[in-house]
Amino acid sequence: MPHLTTYLGMALRAEHTLAASLGVVALGHAEQADVHHTCRLLAGMSEAHTQALAPIVHRYLSRDEDDIVEPDRLHAPGLTRARGGQIGLLRDLQDLHVLGTLVQTTWTVLMQGAQGLRDRELLAVATRSNSDTSRQLSWFNTRMKAAAAQALLVAG
Amino acid sequence: MAVSNSSAPHDHDRVVDVWGPRTPHGRDDRWPSRVDVHLDAGVGPADVQKWVRSACVLCSNGCGCDIAVVDGQMVGIRGRADDLVNKGRLGPKGLYGSTPWASSADRLTTPLIRRDGILVPTDWTTAMDRIVAESQRLLRTKGPLSHGFYTSGQLFAEEYYTLAVIGKAGLGTPHMDGNTRLCTATAAAAFKESFGTDGQPGCYSDIEHCDALFLWGHNMAETQTVLWSRVLDRTHGSEPPVLVCVDPRRTPVAVEALRTGGLHLPVRVGTNLALLNGLLRELFENDLVDHDWVDRHTVGVDDLRKLVDDYPVEKVAAICGLEPDAVRRAARIFGERSAVLSTVLQGFYQSHQATAASVAVNNLHLLRGMIGRPGAGVLQMNGQPTAQNNRECGADGDLPGFRNWDNPDHVRELAELWDVDPMVIPHWADPTHAMQIFGYVADGTINLLWVSATNPAVSMPESARIRSILEKDTCFLVVQDLFLTETAQLADVVLPAAGWGEKTGTFTNASRVVHLSEKAVEPPGQAKPDLDIFLSYAAAMDFRSRSGAPLIGWHTAEEAFDAWRAASAGRPVDYTGLTYDKLRDTSGVAWPVNDTHPDGAARLYSDAVFPSAVDVCETFGHDLLTGAAVTEQEYRALAPDGRAMIKGCVYVPAHEQPSEQFPLLFTTGRTVYQFHTRTKTRRSRPLDAAAPRAWVEMNAEDARDLGITEGDVVVVESPRGRIQVPARIGMITRGSVFAPFHYGSSDADVHEPGGRQGQANELTMTVWDPVSKQPAFKTAACRVRRADPVRPAIEATTAGQSGP
Ligand code: SF4
Repeated sequence: MPHLTTYLGMALRAEHTLAASLGVVALGHAEQADVHHTCRLLAGMSEAHTQALAPIVHRYLSRDEDDIVEPDRLHAPGLTRARGGQIGLLRDLQDLHVLGTLVQTTWTVLMQGAQGLRDRELLAVATRSNSDTSRQLSWFNTRMKAAAAQALLVAG
Repeated sequence: MAVSNSSAPHDHDRVVDVWGPRTPHGRDDRWPSRVDVHLDAGVGPADVQKWVRSACVLCSNGCGCDIAVVDGQMVGIRGRADDLVNKGRLGPKGLYGSTPWASSADRLTTPLIRRDGILVPTDWTTAMDRIVAESQRLLRTKGPLSHGFYTSGQLFAEEYYTLAVIGKAGLGTPHMDGNTRLCTATAAAAFKESFGTDGQPGCYSDIEHCDALFLWGHNMAETQTVLWSRVLDRTHGSEPPVLVCVDPRRTPVAVEALRTGGLHLPVRVGTNLALLNGLLRELFENDLVDHDWVDRHTVGVDDLRKLVDDYPVEKVAAICGLEPDAVRRAARIFGERSAVLSTVLQGFYQSHQATAASVAVNNLHLLRGMIGRPGAGVLQMNGQPTAQNNRECGADGDLPGFRNWDNPDHVRELAELWDVDPMVIPHWADPTHAMQIFGYVADGTINLLWVSATNPAVSMPESARIRSILEKDTCFLVVQDLFLTETAQLADVVLPAAGWGEKTGTFTNASRVVHLSEKAVEPPGQAKPDLDIFLSYAAAMDFRSRSGAPLIGWHTAEEAFDAWRAASAGRPVDYTGLTYDKLRDTSGVAWPVNDTHPDGAARLYSDAVFPSAVDVCETFGHDLLTGAAVTEQEYRALAPDGRAMIKGCVYVPAHEQPSEQFPLLFTTGRTVYQFHTRTKTRRSRPLDAAAPRAWVEMNAEDARDLGITEGDVVVVESPRGRIQVPARIGMITRGSVFAPFHYGSSDADVHEPGGRQGQANELTMTVWDPVSKQPAFKTAACRVRRADPVRPAIEATTAGQSGP
């Protein structure tokens, strides 16, 4: 099942990228206390997903003796540096949203695969992670809405 | 009727006996009257020329009272025997703190304006012209989002509503909040999440009917003394309720709970939600759930059941530092008593996960159907006397009348009422909360900040940061107050305000009870009612409606009240049936007052119908963990439709954990003798003498480890700042340190007058609850050491109930 392992690898990598990017935003916008703390919380969620997924990935890899091959057009680079100011925060949140969407669609795909395979463990991890990702996306949206008008209209 | 506290000269006995004599009674009896009076030294009852109707504004209890007047001066106070709230009683703050500030020599009596860096007296025209010029310049160059308003929990409804219309329909700025964000935002948020809108379900007479009373992070004995005497009258009578006190400190509430065979759960600072999740699980495990009621009147119970499964008693006890059996017993009491009443306050609201923990208290009540009937209910309390009105009238972030900014019909209703374009009313995102307003000032994108009747330089967390924000030269700061507070000293224009007794208006206490407070005396010098100040700004700015008429058509407090009544029509917070005349007739009326409830309603939700329908609710709710907004679509899928919402949240540890460097937990709170930042109470000699300076409380074992004994001057430091105060030993759980938050730079310091050695907020963190946005004053890390060089021990405040 090479394509399944590909998607498992994608989920690992995308969650990892999201977690790392959340860490970057948390530090880069530390003066916004809610951004700082919530991004750390959300990063913890993504890390927990990778931890929950790791043994499953291992199981498939040892069964198929496949390597994880990641299709080169299906990954997104993470944030390596936070942008400055209110408009920078807005852009960073948008980037996080893009990353989160990739994570979520990956989980959606894996949920389908898990159902086809009747792999309850994978289905549980994918379902739980998928719903956490919805919370992450909702928060990005909420925070962007709160920041948008001030950043667009008043910030220098 | 017992008459206590006769007005002999220098009779300050209630500083010691803060709750006054008992009037014990049995369950379901009416609470007897007991009239408390205080008159200034040398004034006898026969000297009083008139008594003027009001209610006390020194805490959220709102005790009905009359103000004594002699020769145009307020000289004392008397409780109203017939009042719904207090039946004549007053506490030490009400008795001794209500009037002395008014004749204080340092009242502001003229506007001040900053010239060459110095505040100098000026006249109203000059001051207002300066504000209006700045305001208009900013509107032209940057638009309305350059304006922010930060109000109080101490203005009147008429003033909040007027300011709400100025901000939301005149200027169109979403940047309006009150210091209510610091005291009561979580109560409002918890109501909205659980029931659909704000609004206190219970009432104080539930104390007479309950057979179990849970106080969640609520040191009622010191925060609302008269309410606590109401409880004491039950615990000293026949068939007393069992008390359960959840508090890291051994407060008088804890002592009374233990004395009467109840329970004190000295929960570790910052672990409230873990405890609540454990209690909720116990209700499920022991099948102490009213399944039928839950099925008919709530949504969400299955999700909660799954979520709390992860919180078995042993795990919770370990997290919270409690005995497992104590947790079990608390759950049994909650689960087995026939009428359980809960009160919740700052121990929950000012901790992290504030809304989640307060919602969890609501959940306990919903699981048992313990709401809306005598003795069974929730009192999510307020800190300040008029906080409720700020929430209702919309001078905080909310829209007036508990309207939903995310509901176009609600916005349209207001636009029609005000005759403005709905686009003017800011409703595109959650309104800006206080901490964010200060953040925008820090960023330089709010350039005019108008602060009324509050003192953020002392009361907001991480004082050093707040001071630097208020000092920023990118922001034009207007401060409207009674005195030249720490905040006013940083202003560009200072406006002298009339205080309580010097102006007329209404306000609403924590249990929805409305009082009229009438003008008793003239304000000093050129000081003006806050309402008049707002009205003159509106007039000078020439705000107009669509038809070209002045946006604000009222001139007096009563007209403003009538305008607010109209805005409340049809909403859960319905004031339409309430008039000044009715309030002159009845001492305390609880809203809603309308055709259905012509004399008000003691309780909400007695029919178990909740204001949660999509077109009624005040918000579509939030994820309690992250604060992410629930969308309308998601809310429709949940379909609460008149049912209450049971919502859970996982426990996560507080933002700042003790470390090797800062091994202790720092928490703040109040003393019975002081209110807010002591603007009024420190001008009362007996109150000031009872608690003149700050202190910290430490656990005896912690103190021993550090070589600290009672009265030693200690340095308490967090990563953000330090204070230096005498230590008091005892009263708090191991690993925690408590400091009162009232003291600022105007107060008597230990060694450095004018310093900030007692200002607890030097240590607190800039962090807030994700849903209510209430700052977390109660969870930070700190360390303590003896002052170096060692200072001679001085007596920490020991009067009355603040003693060690
Ligand atoms: S309990 Fe509160 S409202 Fe009543 S007298 Fe005391 S301070 Fe005033």
